[in-house]
Amino acid sequence: MKKLKIYTRIVVFICALAMIPANFVPVWQIQLEAPQYPEGLKMEIWSHKLGGDVEKINGLNHYIGMALIKEENFPEFKIMPLIIWGFVIIGIAAAVIGRRFMLGIFVSVLVISGCWGMYDFWKWEYDYGHNLDPTAAIKIPGMSYQPPLFGWKQLLNFLAGSFPDVGGWLIIIPAAIVVAFLMFEMFRKK
Amino acid sequence: MKNKSIKNLLFAVVGFSLVGFLNSCKPPKADAGLSGDAAQKVYVAPGKKDELYLFASGGFSGQVGVYGLPSGRMLKQVPVFSQDAETGWGFSEETKPMLMTSHGFTPWDDSHHPQLSRAEGQVDGRWLFINANNTPRIARLDLGVFKTREIIELPNCGGNHASPFTTQNTEYVVGASRFSVPHDKEGDHAIADYKDKFKGTISFVKVDPQTGRMNLNFQLLVPGVDYDLSRAGKAASHGWVFFSCYNSEKAHTLLEVNASQRDKDFIMAVNWKKAEEYLAQGKGQKWAANYAHNVYDEATHTATSNLIKEVTVLDVKDLPGVCYFIPCPKSPHGCDVDPTGEYIAASGKLAAVIPVYSFSKMQKAIDAKNFDGDFDGVPVLKYEAVLDGEVEKPGLGPLHTEFDNEGHGYTSFFVSSEIVKWDVKTKQVLDRVPTYYSIGHLCVPMGDNIKPYGKYVIALNKITKDRYLPTGPELTQSAQLYSIDGPKMQLLLDFPTIGEPHYAQACPAELVTKHEVKFFKLDENKHKYAAKNEKEAKVVRNGNEVHVYATAIRSHFTPDNIEGVKVGDVVYFHVTNLEQDWDVPHGFAIKGANNSELLVLPGETATLKWIPDRVGVFPMYCTDFCSALHQEMQGYVRVSAAGTNPEIKYSTGD
Repeated sequence: MKKLKIYTRIVVFICALAMIPANFVPVWQIQLEAPQYPEGLKMEIWSHKLGGDVEKINGLNHYIGMALIKEENFPEFKIMPLIIWGFVIIGIAAAVIGRRFMLGIFVSVLVISGCWGMYDFWKWEYDYGHNLDPTAAIKIPGMSYQPPLFGWKQLLNFLAGSFPDVGGWLIIIPAAIVVAFLMFEMFRKK
Repeated sequence: MKNKSIKNLLFAVVGFSLVGFLNSCKPPKADAGLSGDAAQKVYVAPGKKDELYLFASGGFSGQVGVYGLPSGRMLKQVPVFSQDAETGWGFSEETKPMLMTSHGFTPWDDSHHPQLSRAEGQVDGRWLFINANNTPRIARLDLGVFKTREIIELPNCGGNHASPFTTQNTEYVVGASRFSVPHDKEGDHAIADYKDKFKGTISFVKVDPQTGRMNLNFQLLVPGVDYDLSRAGKAASHGWVFFSCYNSEKAHTLLEVNASQRDKDFIMAVNWKKAEEYLAQGKGQKWAANYAHNVYDEATHTATSNLIKEVTVLDVKDLPGVCYFIPCPKSPHGCDVDPTGEYIAASGKLAAVIPVYSFSKMQKAIDAKNFDGDFDGVPVLKYEAVLDGEVEKPGLGPLHTEFDNEGHGYTSFFVSSEIVKWDVKTKQVLDRVPTYYSIGHLCVPMGDNIKPYGKYVIALNKITKDRYLPTGPELTQSAQLYSIDGPKMQLLLDFPTIGEPHYAQACPAELVTKHEVKFFKLDENKHKYAAKNEKEAKVVRNGNEVHVYATAIRSHFTPDNIEGVKVGDVVYFHVTNLEQDWDVPHGFAIKGANNSELLVLPGETATLKWIPDRVGVFPMYCTDFCSALHQEMQGYVRVSAAGTNPEIKYSTGD
């Protein structure tokens, strides 16, 4: 039952609070660039909705027979806000209780949720990229259109990029700091 | 024999030396001032954008040409007073009302003078006004969408030429009659009765500061001469408008001789704030009238045309203080107010000097009643009392002056085909440069503002002759770009224009691009026949009218197969473009339409009227290459015989 240093508690507390705005800004972004779209298209994934140029992207995707991207298809939009609020509450609890095992629980929740989130995202990308309408106008043998999980990838005339948006960084950076402080608490001498 | 040869030789030698001598006496042509770095100054690299917009009148095309400067590249032709088959302007049911006048459908006009809207004497980039000279009208273009949104006709007017010059805060755009006529209610008169019965009018069209909506607030009844050009006062002279007048001889035939007899014609100074006071005091008379007011509503994407039946007129000879004549040499064209508002430069087309008047001297002369009699009841001020100075021996045929921000005037000379730069204070000529050929108006970017942008002057030429590859008897119209940021004017570029570029105005691009609209929002589309999604697409018969509520999206129409139409029907295709993205218009055309295509912008609805004249199957298709599958964007309408009773059927993708 190791007690946390006061400054660790303060940092964990601030990190937990810093995650609150992630509920009100986009968490992830998919960017598309093509010769015809020099200004680029952007799809925003918020914790509770989709934003950006979803309609335009759906309009383009119909050429290759990709299914419509619609909010109601994703139960995640009901769960994700709860998860983020969960981070905040558990984080504050860890700071208030001030015990190392509680900080360990917070980090475990963050890591497990993060892994689940990336797996879930990858699975959706796989579904959209591979389950194509057989009557699509453009069919290229062997071609699938799975966007990248992270980074850039060329898909026909479009260069697709997948990156955290503001909300994503508001979770990733505090989470990284919390993990670092857990390490520090585990390995410090006194 | 020998002697004769020597004699011949002698003659030849003398002859050649004479020719050589005469040639060496021939003065050299003026230097065009084209120097090595001109190309660099006008080169706008691919993908880069121009510094300025230039809005040039399309002259007898009735339209407006939009160009980028300094490249001179044409960006767009905005249809205004003439039908335009490319965009469906005046062909679609929604835009036909825009070309209505009291004379019915009027599908052409002659546009001369673009004027950018302004606030505090500076261009604000919201609207562009332009006059129709033939059937007198003023149009307002919205520069967010580069489309004509309003046209108002002017009653009691022949030849709306001195128009639509704009006051300092766009309170008014004016319209003055170039051709005096008996007023509309006077009717039938002998042309020989010109001197007694023919009158001019100055129309004051008020502009709503929020919406830009125009209304004819009042007309001034003025003497029956020809009103040519105009400028509103600004800064010191805000509240006044100045008009040049020719034909003070009041000739009604062979004007080239009969209207060139007097030594002096006039500049007319109008105190419009004073006129407003009289109007507020109820001094105006209500006259029966008949003039069209056409407004395009961006929510319904539809224009309406109303005939207005009354106008308020003020007779200047009964209302002291509104109007004064200033003598001006020989048939003046331009009368241009300098950036301070204090100096008014007049350009007598046949005069040997440019008189520059002083606004403050004019005020003193009015207070001192320093008059030289009157002309048709309007006081004539003494020339010397109002004159600040004359620019001497400036050139031949001065037409029009604009100003830079450093106290210089730039005057165009039609006859000597040149631009002359002079100092407004000292009246000294500083520089001159030839134009190719016969310049009419010229344009300094924001050259009629309180703070001109300067940097360039654009020559709007009347003749091109040998400047371009020939195109048969009718040659291209042309403008020229000169830099004025050094002590010497420098020719940079010739560029072709549409119609005759009478006058043009230019301003920095960002003043306009900040109002840019990329597409119309489908949610805000209130068109009566809009189908806002494919489920709303339908075909409805109403007697012999068939209304097709169609949608267009990359790359199909809904419906694209239509049956149940018969010969004798009148079919209306109401096409809504469902796209909500930049630069994705769809076109629509059907075989045999005695009409144009439709060009439907994203979020817009437009209607093509089609009267099928024979039995058959008629293809329809998208005319604007919209996507990789544009060629597949097509469909059919089946037309059955008259007298049959085919069932209305429609579908897409079955």
